[in-house]
Amino acid sequence: MAIKCGIFKTTYEDDMAIWQTKAAKFWLWLFIIALVAFPFVFQNSIYILYVANTILITVIATLGLNILTGFTGQISLGHGAFIGVGAYTSGYLLNTYPNMPFLLCLLIAGFLTAFVGMIFGIPSLRLKGLYLAIATLAAQVILEFVFIRWRSVTGGNQGLLVRPASFYRITFDSDFKFYFLALAFAILATLCAKNIVRTKPGRAFMAIRDRYISAEIIGVPLFRYKLLSFGISSFFAGITGSLWAHYIGIITPEHFNIMVSVQYLSMIIIGGLGSIYGSIMGATFMTLLPEVLRAISNLFADKLPMLVDLFGAIREGVFGLVIVLFLIFEPDGLAARWRTIKNYWKLWPFSY
Amino acid sequence: METILQSLVSGIVIGSIYALVALGFVLIYKSTAVINFAQGELLLFGAFLCLTLVTALKIPFWIAFFATLIAAALLGLLLERLFLRPMIGEPIISIIMLTIGLASVLKGIIHIIWGSETKVYPEVFPTTPMQIGPILVSQVYIYSVVFAIICLILFNLFFRYSSAGIAMRAVANDQQAAQSMGISIKKIFGIAWAIASVVASIGGILIGNINGVNSSLSAFGLKVFPAVILGGLDSIPGAILGGLIIGVLEALSGIYLDPLFEGGTKEVVPFIILVIVLMIKPYGLFGTEEIEKV
Repeated sequence: MAIKCGIFKTTYEDDMAIWQTKAAKFWLWLFIIALVAFPFVFQNSIYILYVANTILITVIATLGLNILTGFTGQISLGHGAFIGVGAYTSGYLLNTYPNMPFLLCLLIAGFLTAFVGMIFGIPSLRLKGLYLAIATLAAQVILEFVFIRWRSVTGGNQGLLVRPASFYRITFDSDFKFYFLALAFAILATLCAKNIVRTKPGRAFMAIRDRYISAEIIGVPLFRYKLLSFGISSFFAGITGSLWAHYIGIITPEHFNIMVSVQYLSMIIIGGLGSIYGSIMGATFMTLLPEVLRAISNLFADKLPMLVDLFGAIREGVFGLVIVLFLIFEPDGLAARWRTIKNYWKLWPFSY
Repeated sequence: METILQSLVSGIVIGSIYALVALGFVLIYKSTAVINFAQGELLLFGAFLCLTLVTALKIPFWIAFFATLIAAALLGLLLERLFLRPMIGEPIISIIMLTIGLASVLKGIIHIIWGSETKVYPEVFPTTPMQIGPILVSQVYIYSVVFAIICLILFNLFFRYSSAGIAMRAVANDQQAAQSMGISIKKIFGIAWAIASVVASIGGILIGNINGVNSSLSAFGLKVFPAVILGGLDSIPGAILGGLIIGVLEALSGIYLDPLFEGGTKEVVPFIILVIVLMIKPYGLFGTEEIEKV
């Protein structure tokens, strides 16, 4: 099995290939098989399955945000609210029309969120950088207000009870069953994202990110592609929202507040801007971080009982600290670190 | 009519505190081109520190007040030196995320030290309300506005006449030119953060005297955005006017819109205004227009 130890490409097709070597393909399939086998091993631990499901659902929206922020260079502080749009749409539809197939709800949620995202993406025509960040912050605040006040649809602060998803005869009502649904969508989303960024729209996005004036000169219609990027990113957010709603069973506006948006941004920063694998690593890292912290604080709970009371504060502090440290010491994120490690082993033991 | 006047007055008071926080925000943006999402946490820090000095250590209010300002200035310098200095030249998104991360760290620390309950200042200002025309205004309000105005005037004079202030304006205008005139940019960045932290603390102490202190006060940091966008991101008079306008509009929406939407419009109206301003006049009332076709 050939392992990559240099660049021996002779065609453009080779250069664009997803599987650079057979070994890479092998390891990826092994990884997917491991993911499928995972719930059978941890069948009895609802907690572990819950964390795994959260990661899988989170990965989808992280990929979406990375397409928007990492590949197109448009900052969005409203991703949490976009996820909320998807969640409420899907939840409301399935509650009001119980006979509607789940997949249809999911798709409608995705497209409606894409539409809302594109509306809030319109200012990106005129605004750049921090102005756009502030505009999307406004989107977040306004949508949150709608979630709280539009009681007839969203249930307000009391929350909306959402029925579990079902597909033909299978109802995804347990963590174990839901895992496979989430896994299927996470893999599908990764595949879509990977293919979007290596085809024409993806190249246009990157051109806009790197130098928008040059992009326009070589014939990339800026507005259309910026909107498309907002649309794709919000579509992913909508899918995440829908899955999350049907998984958790009750959704309240707090699930989609500004902290959620910040958390998603931190995932792509820590994972690596403009990297598909980075999005997955970032989502995994940031979902595991609070759980690991919780485990640690439980470990010391009998000696220092105050830890439990202060857990929220500690989590918040560590969360901020991780972002700050990553930005200062590894601004390209986990993906870059992973690449460095891989490159080291590529030529090992003759790495000089 | 009286209720309207009454809430107009409270709108102006809250608005003047917005103006103070916005002033710090604009200052940092103007001289260092950093958008500071941690402004609300700086405010919270000042409010809590002064409160502790007054209640736990029984220090007279005015001494505690100035001690807090010194501590706030040191905090600002420290943040700039430790976290912002390594980020010079990084893309905007990294810097925005850095200040968001800082906000999170500060909030966590404040929460650990001071807890999450609302704490109230002892009565510093006389409690008998004053009669102004047809309405009664509590004295805290008057002191707050007067205080805010004094601060704003002082800072305006500082920027106009002191050499440090002029140097800061020079850096804001053109970093390289300023550097070639012998101005130390690092020092200016430090001063900008120190001053921003100080004005945020003043705002925090004032609002703490009105409403009490709890961690939800850091929401002021987000409310600053509508104010500065309305006034123009890089304009100090704009920040002051924007803060006042947003404060008054909030108060008015409390009267006219709350009955229609079952309350809570105060939170969202400033941001709707923000979107409108961004759509029609993105550089605000007094901001420098960078004409550029996107």
